[in-house]
Amino acid sequence: MSEQNENNKVVVVALVENKPGVLNRVASLFRRRAFNVDSLTVGRTHRPHVSRMTIVVDSEQTNAYKIASNLAKLINVIDVQVLSGQPHVSRDLALIKVRSDDADSRNAMTEICERYPARIIDVGPKVAIVEITGTETLVAQFIEEVRPIGIVEMIRTGVVAMGRGTRIHDTEYQPVFQKNGSRQQNPL
Amino acid sequence: MKLTGAEIILECLLRENVRVMFGYPGGAILPTYDAMTKYTDRLHHVLVRHEQGASHMADGYARATGDVGVCIATSGPGATNLITGLATAMMDSVPVVAITGQVPVAAIGSDAFQETDVTGASLPITKHNYLVTDIEELAYTIKEAFHIARSGRPGPVLVDVPKDIQTAVTEFEYPEGPITLPGYRPPASATEEQVAAALELIKGAERPVILAGHGIIMSGASRELQELAERAQIPVAQTLLGKGCMPESHPMVIGWMGMHGDACCNYAIQEADLLIALGMRFDDRVTGNLNTYSPNSRKIHVDIDPSELNKNVRADVPIAGDVKTVLRQLLPDVPSKTHQPWMARIRDWQEDSDERDILKSYDGDKLISAQVINDLWKYTGGDAITVTDVGQHQMIEAQYYPHQRPSTLLTSGGLGTMGYGLPAAIGAKFGKPDEEVWAVVGDGGFQMTMCELATAMQENVKVNIAIINNGFLGMVRQWQELFYDHRYHATPMFNPDFCKLADAFGIPNMRVTSRDQVAASVEFARSTDGPVLIEYVVEKEEMVYPMVPAGADLHNMVRRPKRGEVKA
Repeated sequence: MSEQNENNKVVVVALVENKPGVLNRVASLFRRRAFNVDSLTVGRTHRPHVSRMTIVVDSEQTNAYKIASNLAKLINVIDVQVLSGQPHVSRDLALIKVRSDDADSRNAMTEICERYPARIIDVGPKVAIVEITGTETLVAQFIEEVRPIGIVEMIRTGVVAMGRGTRIHDTEYQPVFQKNGSRQQNPL
Repeated sequence: MKLTGAEIILECLLRENVRVMFGYPGGAILPTYDAMTKYTDRLHHVLVRHEQGASHMADGYARATGDVGVCIATSGPGATNLITGLATAMMDSVPVVAITGQVPVAAIGSDAFQETDVTGASLPITKHNYLVTDIEELAYTIKEAFHIARSGRPGPVLVDVPKDIQTAVTEFEYPEGPITLPGYRPPASATEEQVAAALELIKGAERPVILAGHGIIMSGASRELQELAERAQIPVAQTLLGKGCMPESHPMVIGWMGMHGDACCNYAIQEADLLIALGMRFDDRVTGNLNTYSPNSRKIHVDIDPSELNKNVRADVPIAGDVKTVLRQLLPDVPSKTHQPWMARIRDWQEDSDERDILKSYDGDKLISAQVINDLWKYTGGDAITVTDVGQHQMIEAQYYPHQRPSTLLTSGGLGTMGYGLPAAIGAKFGKPDEEVWAVVGDGGFQMTMCELATAMQENVKVNIAIINNGFLGMVRQWQELFYDHRYHATPMFNPDFCKLADAFGIPNMRVTSRDQVAASVEFARSTDGPVLIEYVVEKEEMVYPMVPAGADLHNMVRRPKRGEVKA
């Protein structure tokens, strides 16, 4: 499924060095520049020394260029791409614990899950946990449908995103030093 | 060659062409101080009296020379005392490397004695910083720190070195060759399209103004700037930090811009049809109200930091690049032009300003700051390196001491750090031992770092210190007078007897209370060895005009009345 950009959101992807303190540098930048972060996710990539961040910011307050140019100034940020405005896919994941202590609530939950890319992943006598993965908007819609049943606990991961097609966002970065301190290669 | 971490630090400093460092010892940096005993012939350590002084000295050294300044401190309070100086260097893009001791690696995070998370604390006020936890990474990290500090948009870099890394031993092999950092690629040149677009605007402009900033000095683009200004006959307004990037006596230089800048510059900016901003960042102190800023001009903005483009002022042609490189790209096709009516209009504004010059209208008996600074300019041949503190005297220095060369006015512009002047002047003198260096400071700022008088004396540094003493925190008092209905709260100062104070340090000194003594005082300072302190006792309630009130439109300046005109 492809989708339009989420409304009024800047979606930025940053490839960063996978080392201590980098998330702190990014978070500190966003705080001191007063960028209002909607969500920030960070995770590993297929390269052991490279992590990837997806950052969603409210575009009514901050334009994409400002965010990207400031991120790019951080030494540990290897590369930055703005995805909003470009063809891309994005996914948000939510775990929602809902009331399931009667037949009505269980039936309602099952019915909603059939209409969404969602599934019930844990069922107990009083509560159940539902998982949904989809665009931010879809997840938000789903939550609104589930809400009347009775949400007791919830977590969303925040958006991860990737450009479509052959727009490859990758780096061949290798650190000068490996974790054990030995020089992996002559860097110079 | 097997070396300790401490020795590796010092070897790396030597490789980076460091000959002097400013610092203060303490527990966590002691191994490095001990290693210094083997390097005293090549690496001079200046013992400061407070680590803030060390960071300002490194800053003053860097601004005067264009090389990286180095300061060194111990963990905890030693490192946190550097913070103000690092923030000052960050705001003004000054290349400084700070080396701090840290508690041993195993103790990090345990609230050990004199432990502070210095990389955390300095993160927002350094260009980059490091905590070295592996001796093998030490040499490369220091090389990287210098590279980052001096390249691109320069700035301070801090390297935090735990004590056990300083004592660890490893085979020292200096990493030769250039540093490559995948996430660090400062822009260099403009694209062909950008060059063409900029030239198009220059060709079509009738009322152009060049805004020349600190970037001209840092990229060494003075000659290119002058060529552009002369060939296309474009008036040049300098920023405070850009002063001297072109000789201020040059006919195309119309002055400096901003809150207390020359009125003609501010008017010209507001009426211009083209602004060519070169290595400056449209700070609020130079723009005033952004909504009414230069409303009818197209704007070319060249800066090496892409994040400065379109930050405060929208540019029609934003160019991320080194200003010298970009100017060299532009120059071959810059046409010869004249802008006679425009220059005539600017001359009219300048004549109007001349009639408001306090040097011409003042008829009081008491000495005033403008007289002191203008005479200092006169009797030093206008060729000294002046290092100011922050406040009224700083603005008056900028108004009454024209600078002919780059890097001869050193001042804390972005951060406005009181206490900067004296230590930065000491640092500047170490960097430029053959030049005449004056610290021009107010009585308020001087007292923030006056402990460095001892440093000046211990090192016998020839700095001349001019204290402009009005017994007030003058600039704050000025705001209180204008905007807080004369409520002078917390601005009158009890001051020590500055001359007796100088006596206590063994520093030759003189107190000046009238204008006829100024020439002799400058001569006394210039002809006396070692540091000299001159106290100029000036009028208590002077005002700095023109003044663009904070947030006001740039052309709506509060002006000094013309001679004979009654103050409204």
